[in-house]
Amino acid sequence: MSAVAEHDDHHDHHDDHDHGPAKGLLRWVITTNHKDIGTLYLLFALAMFFVGGSMAMVIRAELFEPGLQFVDPAFFNSMTTMHALVMVFGAVMPAFVGLANWQIPLMIGAADMALPRMNNMSFWMLVAGVLLLASTLFMEGGAPNGGWTLYPPLVLQPITVGKALPFAIFSVHLLGISSIMGAINIIATILNMRAPAMRLMDMPLFVWTWLITAFLLIAVMPVFAGAVTMLLTDKFFHTSFFNAAGGGDPVLYEHIFWFFGHPEVYIMILPTFGVASTIIPVFARKPLFGYASMVWATASIAFLSFIVWAHHMFTVGMPIAGELYFMYATMIIAVPTGVKVFNWTATMWKGAMTFETPMLFSIAFVVLFTMGGFTGLMMSIAPSDFQYHDTYFIVAHFHYTLVPASIFILMAAGYFWLPKWTGHMYNEKIGQLHFWLSVISVNILFFPQHFLGLAGMPRRIPDYAIQFADWNMISSIGGFIFGASQLLFLYIVYDTIKGGTGEKVTDEVWEDASKHGLEWTLPSPVPYHTWTTPPSAVPTEHVLDTH
Amino acid sequence: MSTNTAYYIPHKATWPVIGTIGLMIMLAGFANYLNGSSIGPTMMVIGLIIFIVMLVGWFTLQAKESESGMYSHGVGISYRMGMMWFIFSEIAFFGVFFGTLWYTRNLSVPWLGSGATKEILYSAYQSTWPTNGPGNVGGHFEPMGAWGLPFVNTLLLLSSGVTCTWAHHGLLANHRDQLIKGLAATVFLGLLFVGFQAMEYHEAYTEMGLTLGSGIYGSTFFMLTGFHGFHVCVGAIILSVVLFRSARGHFKPENHFAFEAAAWYWHFVDVVWLGLFIFVYLM
Repeated sequence: MSAVAEHDDHHDHHDDHDHGPAKGLLRWVITTNHKDIGTLYLLFALAMFFVGGSMAMVIRAELFEPGLQFVDPAFFNSMTTMHALVMVFGAVMPAFVGLANWQIPLMIGAADMALPRMNNMSFWMLVAGVLLLASTLFMEGGAPNGGWTLYPPLVLQPITVGKALPFAIFSVHLLGISSIMGAINIIATILNMRAPAMRLMDMPLFVWTWLITAFLLIAVMPVFAGAVTMLLTDKFFHTSFFNAAGGGDPVLYEHIFWFFGHPEVYIMILPTFGVASTIIPVFARKPLFGYASMVWATASIAFLSFIVWAHHMFTVGMPIAGELYFMYATMIIAVPTGVKVFNWTATMWKGAMTFETPMLFSIAFVVLFTMGGFTGLMMSIAPSDFQYHDTYFIVAHFHYTLVPASIFILMAAGYFWLPKWTGHMYNEKIGQLHFWLSVISVNILFFPQHFLGLAGMPRRIPDYAIQFADWNMISSIGGFIFGASQLLFLYIVYDTIKGGTGEKVTDEVWEDASKHGLEWTLPSPVPYHTWTTPPSAVPTEHVLDTH
Repeated sequence: MSTNTAYYIPHKATWPVIGTIGLMIMLAGFANYLNGSSIGPTMMVIGLIIFIVMLVGWFTLQAKESESGMYSHGVGISYRMGMMWFIFSEIAFFGVFFGTLWYTRNLSVPWLGSGATKEILYSAYQSTWPTNGPGNVGGHFEPMGAWGLPFVNTLLLLSSGVTCTWAHHGLLANHRDQLIKGLAATVFLGLLFVGFQAMEYHEAYTEMGLTLGSGIYGSTFFMLTGFHGFHVCVGAIILSVVLFRSARGHFKPENHFAFEAAAWYWHFVDVVWLGLFIFVYLM
């Protein structure tokens, strides 16, 4: 291994041969550098975004018309299951961990992540987990096709899983280990590695949201691991956890799964909030409105996420008191979420706004996420949910909260920080084209699914009644345009890394950005090692109204 | 010892990827084994060997770095936070199985023997605890009593907590003899616990008809005590490593993270056992 980290004040030492990246491809295998690992996470997530996206294209192609055209029903169900697992565990979560790796040390003035070796391991555990999961696609009986929730007894029946089940379960274990290690690292970094000048309430919102997200991850990933372990023993070791004849209860699995699953959806949305809260002030040229309320709203949402899980299972059969409790508790989430939407809007109010690509994606996020939130409120009403449950309405709802919210913000983050990371400017024209194609097609794709769901079209089926044909065709056309548009993003990422417009970006990249975050005071591109001595002062523009 | 104030950041790491490969081969092997493939056990052994080599290599490296004074106070804080949050994740993991026990005993088992379920499906079923369900899954069994071996094991683990703390006091006062004796006693008591639990399992399987397949009672009993027993084994291995290092003269009164982490883990395992003794054996 290498020597002790330098403790000197000369920044020009970072190209010292002992401290630069290793040569060749091995660099990426054994790296402990937070920027390298961040890049690995982001590129892996981008690749998985296209793998999961291809599965979505299969789904939309099959649903283009009623009847069975391209795939058999079991494979169709494998596609819906694997699309969800790949997108959640392979694309969205790793992408945010990648952003955390790149940005948290830069934003808090730390030389690296607190536990660099474990950082390397958490990335490779992710790859191992996804490999195990992907291997099931090529197995006898195909990939799991009982839905990403892996509900028993369905998922324990041979017809549903073939040989895939133990691989899927161990994949969940590996992904859990990866997430827990990543989360531990993020918490230790934020609490232990901040520049001395940065108090907790000076931290950028992105850092705050990740601190809280990391707590959620450590609390609920072991719960999912425990649930799938019981599936494994029920299937292979004669236990009766989910078998009523033996005194168990299949509904127990649903409770445990959603005790994990509901915090899990906030694991995907809280860092989204953090990035939006970072980008919007820069392009509104105003401090973030209500910084402290943003922090408290994030913490409130995280707390509430633990006590609302059974709203995913209103129709399963629950005492009426349970239905009412979970209904009202769920509705309360609208309050802190509303605080956030209000604050983003108020940040833009009377701002000197410009509309570069990251800002466009962020504004679309505020509008479209709010729509996803409102459909969520509709479904929180237990008696109404009996109508919406397991229809395309819920599909439309959670895709609005994930695609034009999490995915859009990940795109925004790419456009926002790529110039900083690479030192090159992306092509703004193509970026805006990507935005407009995405924002129009995503609504063509998902908005009609509300109508389909309200009219009664069930989810997870390869065929449907004839009256659903028109909206399905429109939705599929939107899906194909959306899928194709994302190739533009792939091109832009490649092009920007290779030199982009050729314009050399400044250290700030965006006008006055250095008032908003420490990372913009560093050179562009960011050197391999940064903040070997912590900054003596931190920008407080983003928290101005709290001091 | 830690004269270094800089935060140590390693620049390359080979063990993480080796460990990942080992774990992945082991799990893929296990999955193959469960699917009835003959290559499974071989893969499991190969993966396990790689994983153990990684553990030995990585921890040797860490111990060497620690003893040469490369870890500053700041690094120590990160390690302590890491261990603390790791134990928090373990609490969440055990929480699932305790939650399962609570849910089945207080909600789903009573539901099975009442209302429409009783009228339509299982009219003869009396929902009492312990139970193996209306299907009498696994056949007749006797539940495990609390006051035999389990009570002895409770005393053993509680005493091991005391010896562990006694060793810690020895380390703090630089009484190396007390440190080593305390650790040795802790490991011994831990192993004794595992031995008694093995006897208890043997008795359950051969004489009481109580197996992992004995309905929900057998499932929760063996899952909870089994995962706990596994954690006792891991804790005993960790403590043995700390004992080995102590015998080699490692650790200083002001700097001994590995000892602290092992002790925290051991106390955590201890507390889980108290929960088990109350909720699995007594109630």
